[in-house]
Amino acid sequence: MNRNTKINLVLLLVVAALAVLPLALGLGDHKEEPFTGADAQAETAITELDPDYEPWFTPLYEPPSAEIESALFALQAAIGAGVLAYYFGLRRGRRQGEERATARQQAADADAVGVPGKSPADGA
Amino acid sequence: MHIAEGFLPPAHAVAWGVASAPFVVHGVRSLTREVREHPESTLLLGASGAFTFVLSALKLPSVTGSCSHPTGTGLGAILFRPPIMAVLGTITLLFQALLLAHGGLTTLGANVFSMAIVGPWAGYAVYKVLRRYDVPLMAAVFCGAFVADLSTYCVTSVQLALAFPDPGSGFLGALGKFASIFAVTQIPLAVSEGLLTVLVMRLLVQSSKGELTRLGVLLAGKRSRTETEAVAR
Repeated sequence: MNRNTKINLVLLLVVAALAVLPLALGLGDHKEEPFTGADAQAETAITELDPDYEPWFTPLYEPPSAEIESALFALQAAIGAGVLAYYFGLRRGRRQGEERATARQQAADADAVGVPGKSPADGA
Repeated sequence: MHIAEGFLPPAHAVAWGVASAPFVVHGVRSLTREVREHPESTLLLGASGAFTFVLSALKLPSVTGSCSHPTGTGLGAILFRPPIMAVLGTITLLFQALLLAHGGLTTLGANVFSMAIVGPWAGYAVYKVLRRYDVPLMAAVFCGAFVADLSTYCVTSVQLALAFPDPGSGFLGALGKFASIFAVTQIPLAVSEGLLTVLVMRLLVQSSKGELTRLGVLLAGKRSRTETEAVAR
């Protein structure tokens, strides 16, 4: 594994650790409902600050259950991850194709002037 | 982070919508110009939008014992400048408001203002200043993404405190309350976002040197070569 890949893996590991530590250390234990969304807590805070406040508009569509909601969140993440993977896959493929083409070209040039060059790129 | 549907009084909702609209309109213009003049950047634009999509779908636990999610707007702001991120961020917020009942249409203006306008601009400003003082690329990217993420939630806190000042301690009292919910929770998540943005930027430096040079992220000179080598080593 080269140094580059190692650094990338360390970055991912630190992110994972940052997500797992609050759970592992039980940082939500002091709450009645640990690890709820900050936006839901903000709603509670609003009702504390202004007990008379009534939301004056409701979402046009609301996922009927927590399962459907998590499915839609997963869909959102999947779309994003898919596009990112497509981008990097395409870039990698293009770069490899270019490298092969250059190698082939060089080999062809070498053949043309009669210098024994490397055979065309393997598996090209 | 998003303010839930109906949770801003109508006057505030309209005001934030009016404040955000010009940025988004300007952003749409920048985006169409970018795509027309550099059709080859469409793919990277898509990737920047995709990054926001992934990150804002990831609800992560934090030290305060509650969950929140990163925004992913720093990357696109650094690559394509903040106006374009205003559009990509708005698309993400619309998706969440319409399909997930996360955020809302009446609070869209306020949420766009925090996540798609202030976040990208603040992150971009920090990145630019650090680069001017020759801070290494990846350190500047980390700080930019960190600030883009955290400033978004600070703005959300201000927006809510303006709408719901504390009966006793007023605006500042409410600000403290909302900031302790949003901003403190967000600090470790902003670190995560910074690290993930650095990761994606490293992959981009390896795979899309030409594109990054054209966008001015890598300089076409000696300095950029040493930086590329530092990553490629």
